[in-house]
Amino acid sequence: MNMSDTTKMTGASSLVKALEASGVDVMFGIPGGAILPAYDPIFDSKIRHILVRHEQGAGHAATGYAQATGRVGVCIATSGPGATNLVTPLADAQMDSVPIVAITGQVASGAIGTDAFQEADIRGITMPVTKHSFLVTRAEDIARSVAEAFHIASTGRPGAVLVDIAKDALQMQTEFNFPKSIELGGYNPKLEAPAEAIRDAAALIAQSKAPVLYIGGGAIKAGAHKELLKLAELTGAPVVTTLMARGAFPDSHPQHLGMPGMHGTVAAVTALQKADLLITLGARFDDRVTGKLSTFAPGAKIIHADIDPAEIGKNRRADVGLVGDLKLTIEALIPALKSEFKKNQPDISAWLSQAYGWRTRFPLGYDHPTDGSVSPQYVIERIGKMSGPDAIYVAGVGQHQMWASQFISYEKPRTWLNSGGLGTMGYAVPAAMGAKVGAPDTTVWAIDGDGCFQMTNQELVTCALNNIPIKVAVINNESLGMVRQWQTLFYNERYSNTELHSKRIPDFAKLADAMGCVGLTCDSTDDVDKTIAQAMEINDRPVVVDFSVHRDAMVWPMVAAGTSNDDIVNARSLAPIWDSQEL
Amino acid sequence: MTQSHPDAPSSSVSFSKTRTLSVLVENSPGVLARVSSLFSRRGYNIDSLAVGPTENPDFSRMTIVINVEDHALEQVIAQLDKLINVISITELDPVISVQRELLLVKVSTDEKTRSQVLETVQLFRAKVVDVAQDAVTIEATGNTEKISALLRVLEPYGILELIQSGLVAMSRGLKPGSISEDKK
Repeated sequence: MNMSDTTKMTGASSLVKALEASGVDVMFGIPGGAILPAYDPIFDSKIRHILVRHEQGAGHAATGYAQATGRVGVCIATSGPGATNLVTPLADAQMDSVPIVAITGQVASGAIGTDAFQEADIRGITMPVTKHSFLVTRAEDIARSVAEAFHIASTGRPGAVLVDIAKDALQMQTEFNFPKSIELGGYNPKLEAPAEAIRDAAALIAQSKAPVLYIGGGAIKAGAHKELLKLAELTGAPVVTTLMARGAFPDSHPQHLGMPGMHGTVAAVTALQKADLLITLGARFDDRVTGKLSTFAPGAKIIHADIDPAEIGKNRRADVGLVGDLKLTIEALIPALKSEFKKNQPDISAWLSQAYGWRTRFPLGYDHPTDGSVSPQYVIERIGKMSGPDAIYVAGVGQHQMWASQFISYEKPRTWLNSGGLGTMGYAVPAAMGAKVGAPDTTVWAIDGDGCFQMTNQELVTCALNNIPIKVAVINNESLGMVRQWQTLFYNERYSNTELHSKRIPDFAKLADAMGCVGLTCDSTDDVDKTIAQAMEINDRPVVVDFSVHRDAMVWPMVAAGTSNDDIVNARSLAPIWDSQEL
Repeated sequence: MTQSHPDAPSSSVSFSKTRTLSVLVENSPGVLARVSSLFSRRGYNIDSLAVGPTENPDFSRMTIVINVEDHALEQVIAQLDKLINVISITELDPVISVQRELLLVKVSTDEKTRSQVLETVQLFRAKVVDVAQDAVTIEATGNTEKISALLRVLEPYGILELIQSGLVAMSRGLKPGSISEDKK
């Protein structure tokens, strides 16, 4: 491709050309006054533009696309409210280290700072919630800024980048100057961990009698799942995968203990607590994993591998920090470990039988409600079983998200998408739309709650009109279920403002129908499989299934917020009973 | 206040200490906002911040004084380093760097005290920059200790108004600190 072109063109044309040169094949957006000049060349571009119904939908769709494909997701909006509507998805993508680029129009450079119509300082607003943000006021800077934005979003620890472009910069004439390579003085992600640190890590592993591989979303971002499998089998250590790492390591693997954290398995939580070494790969000791930090994994030494140097020691002091690309780090660690093991391979069999014993004694489970109503866990489990490990599952936030993490088996990376860090209700429908655009031949299920679904379901119109046949399971417990669960447990069953009445209003099937989707309903356990099968057969339109489920189902196990992981509760008022020697 | 998690295990012995960071940044709009927003968001308290041009117009240098523990300092530096516009960060040891702040202070004087005040000014190698009937305005530069000492001596006469710049600092000798060095 001709990267530099002396033909005069508008800034808007150079923007579109720069997006094409960055490899963009699709973007999600809505035009408006300030970004309008860009929409003229977009009309002629080979880039597919998907016209969404709300900018938040564009942002989450870009995130879903990026999560499903590993490529940079792109969204575009106008100035002022268009741009501020992107703040939530930008913060969401940044928290989960998802590479997205947002292009926003800005009022003309001369009007900036005058409180002009639809003016908002979106660069300033997004500073704390993006990896970087640009304000471009000259046409000649557009192509370079776009190139830099893609570079920053996709390298190092991926993240959200915003490029805000003044309207007059889009209108002025310029030459196209797209840099072949990008050098930013203040940005040089370190890819290879120092050999000495690799040796120190290998030595620690070779001394450990009770190691655990604590795997975070970074393993998926780095495309390191194959290397991870090798390392895991080399060490023989039990593996836990965080909410962001589900699918990085096969659920069916005998070394897998499940998800750690607030709603993790007893085995995963307990293994971290009792370990003498955590081999932490692309995870960040988030409070939802550690519980009360001062009591987390008290006897464990820490190896912490991450691409972001600021994560090492942020929450938990690391004995060995390995800053670098996780794939390269693991590739370097494997031979180092092999040579350590030649000298000394510790016997971890006692530890393994203990950890696998916890897994056997405290499996995940749920009860079917005694009143004949449908168990939400059962619905989600059946969707997973019937759609299989090749489908992509996208969750909203809350109880259904935890159940979808717990009761669907993930075997492959990029098949489980959710909003882990920011916890954005309304993520599922637009993110599923983006995932389906990125992986059109894959079945994409949004597992949503009735609360979440009502935040962003308008994007089903976008799906219906643009041939994006996603499937949505609304796990309808007619309440803000997770909040209600906390009210049950910690607020004396005082259900302040969590009753949504969504079995009465709205009629989700009719709503789906009105938006050009197929609407199905299911309110009996016997019909669950039949309804899922029916939904699976429809591939020319989006499908929404309203699963009417029992409202009092709760997510277990649970470590209450701010308490120690040692106080994990397996089911309501039922803490695991430990053998005395285990305590 | 430190950045560490409220219930993070406190490392064995760690004392808060005043640190001086010399931060080379791109001279572009919004950089100061990024840095100050980072400090505010992560809960790091800034004692002082001074920013100004360098020998190269493409870059500015910030001198940031903070009071944190060792562990927290590592985090401050790591987080600052994540800002794309931040080129390099150097901690300046007070022993091997020159550190200066500027003080302007208006001191109440009368016929009796004026000569005593002027004597103090001379002793501290400060300057009188304005004289009125019942006040003198003094300009002084120096390190934090000198400025504090001067203020202690002047205080009994009555300080009417006071303004102080943030600390600026530079390492002694050739390196580090030059932009070409930092950019490596």
